[in-house]
Amino acid sequence: MRKIAIYGKGGIGKSTTTQNTVAGLSMMGRKVMVVGCDPKADSTRLLLGGLAQKSVLDSLREEGEDVELEDIRKLGYGETWCVESGGPEPGVGCAGRGIITAINMLENLGAYEESEGLDYAFYDVLGDVVCGGFAMPIRDGKAEEIYIVCSGEMMAMYAANNICKGVMKFAQSGSVRLGGIICNSRNVDNEKEMIEELAKKLGTHMIYYVPRDNDVQRAEINRKTVIEWNPEVPQADIYRNLAKAIDENKRFTIPTPLEIEELEQLLLDFGLLDAA
Amino acid sequence: MLLRHTPKEVADRKALMINPAKMCQPIGAMYAALGIHGCLPHSHGSQGCCAYHRSTLTRHYKEPISAASSSFTEGASVFGGQANLVQAIDNIFTVYEPDVIAVHTTCLSETIGDDLKQIHYKAVTDGKIPDGKTVIGAATPSYIGSHVTGFSNMVKAMAELAEPSGEKSGKVNVIPGWVEPADMIEIKRLAELVGVDITLFPDTSGVLDAPLTGEYNMFPEGGVTIEELKKTGDAIGTLALGEWCSADAARWLDSKCKVPCTVLDMPFGLAATDRFIDVLRTVAGVNVPDTVTHERGQLVDMISDMHQYLYGKKVAIWGDPDQLIAMTEFLVSLDMQPVYVVTGTPGKKFEKRIREICEGQPFEVKVKAKGDMFLMHQWIKNEPVDLLIGNTYGKYIARDEDIPFMRWGFPILDRQGHQYFPTVGYRGGLRLLEKMLEQILDRKDRDDSEQTFELVL
Repeated sequence: MRKIAIYGKGGIGKSTTTQNTVAGLSMMGRKVMVVGCDPKADSTRLLLGGLAQKSVLDSLREEGEDVELEDIRKLGYGETWCVESGGPEPGVGCAGRGIITAINMLENLGAYEESEGLDYAFYDVLGDVVCGGFAMPIRDGKAEEIYIVCSGEMMAMYAANNICKGVMKFAQSGSVRLGGIICNSRNVDNEKEMIEELAKKLGTHMIYYVPRDNDVQRAEINRKTVIEWNPEVPQADIYRNLAKAIDENKRFTIPTPLEIEELEQLLLDFGLLDAA
Repeated sequence: MLLRHTPKEVADRKALMINPAKMCQPIGAMYAALGIHGCLPHSHGSQGCCAYHRSTLTRHYKEPISAASSSFTEGASVFGGQANLVQAIDNIFTVYEPDVIAVHTTCLSETIGDDLKQIHYKAVTDGKIPDGKTVIGAATPSYIGSHVTGFSNMVKAMAELAEPSGEKSGKVNVIPGWVEPADMIEIKRLAELVGVDITLFPDTSGVLDAPLTGEYNMFPEGGVTIEELKKTGDAIGTLALGEWCSADAARWLDSKCKVPCTVLDMPFGLAATDRFIDVLRTVAGVNVPDTVTHERGQLVDMISDMHQYLYGKKVAIWGDPDQLIAMTEFLVSLDMQPVYVVTGTPGKKFEKRIREICEGQPFEVKVKAKGDMFLMHQWIKNEPVDLLIGNTYGKYIARDEDIPFMRWGFPILDRQGHQYFPTVGYRGGLRLLEKMLEQILDRKDRDDSEQTFELVL
């Protein structure tokens, strides 16, 4: 089984990209489990056709420690197992600990056992690597491949670089590796070339360029992945290709994060700072 | 009447625990770590945790317990404890020179998400772990499980040192669970009698039962060595005594090193010891030696001699799951009635097992996992018992309700002998009987009328 974590700046489209890609993988006949690591518990909305999932931590709060696997996972589109770790409301408690608890619980309940027949486990992790809990999916033995969703916007690239620092720290002592950068386009000038260059400097590659297309929003309003909503549209092929690229990916590296000056130079080289 | 506010009526409680029948994870991890030779336990958290665990162990064993702490400050809780732990490892190996540091985490370091494996790697790459020295670690947040969970986690960390060479050593791993140093000695003696070459881990004998010689030795003679632990992967089998305390480590060795494991109950009492001896005998491929049969016969003799005083006596017991399972079975086999059984450690399996043991008996058992001493007291107020068996925390109930009380389990903070006289095995069974009878017959002598008071019992 391949265990993959998706990171990236908040709002960059991690959950959307993850679910659309997972839909692509499931169409290829892969058995996938998606674990949403976000207190908002909205990482599996498109696969489940709405926010229908009871989160691991809600189950823990209501039923105590005797939680069964069937209480916390649900079958979504393409026979995909969907799990939401959940977490506290904004302003209270510790969301990071929530992720630790949820992942440990899944392990103890045997969600990753060979008998479950999983080909992939995806962790969809909120925002930046902000504290120890959010790094849980990249600790030794948890996720082994990291993909960073990024666009040509400066803050997204800055976040990607920051995430690479976290990955590097754990990669040195464990088996986790960076699998590549997924460029989720925001129609920035020279975006594709710039992200390719950023990826190179980070010691990895841009695994796929996802162009901006309003069909993604249309599918989202219908609470569906693009492939489920309309398998004929060009964007559906994009996600199928991204799924294929991940499925065939063999490039796994320890990232080499940049200094902030280097990052700014990159933006300068690609003409972004001039425009501003 | 120190517990005079405990009401008789049992109300349903969800969030409130009163006088818990458990302690926190790190204390178990610390005790297990002391069963490694030349080991300094290290608490990765604030200083208060470490101080509490050390003092409780000291109060129980009446031995100095050394342990180090990462001494978290506000800064460490914000930036993570890596710097503190790496510095601590450096200091400890420089100043105290143990062979091993066994790190366990605390609620704080777990909540902020410190990753021991990653910090361990950092210590290695920074050259803080000298050649020939070892650092192991276990995650022990107290908001999960109990002290038993912490013990089990550290024992598993010990098993994870195994480095299978590919050649079988012919030895058998025995994981004794949370028992006294004297019990560990007794288990080793029995194995030797049957002729099985064992590696016992953890092994606190020679560590927490040290003699007073006038010289302080920070790292006493006893304990399983790192070399022995590395070779556990070459053993021909593992015997785990106690599902809660020992099974995780044994199953890890089974799945990762292909060392087949057998999980047994702790060998307290006649039947559980029979099963233990039977497995040892099977492994060794021999008949049970006469010495062991002789000891068994002595236990059976005392049971039958004193049966009239044991028969039908109602008993309330509390403590840790593995001990309680074996004790419940022993009491039932003596025709006694363990009517109330409480552990603070969570686990529905425990309640099920106790009910199975008591099935078909002429009494109804009340059992509770994740329970507390308050509930136990309420049950007793509603229907009294003849004998209490458990750790020191029962003395308040014993005094208020005027019930004979036999101390057994962990912790025992107010009586002595537990670390020197075993309660496992057939001889241990004799001691358990002796202690029970002492309580029951003392009470009889106190309460008998002048007409029924007897010289000979």
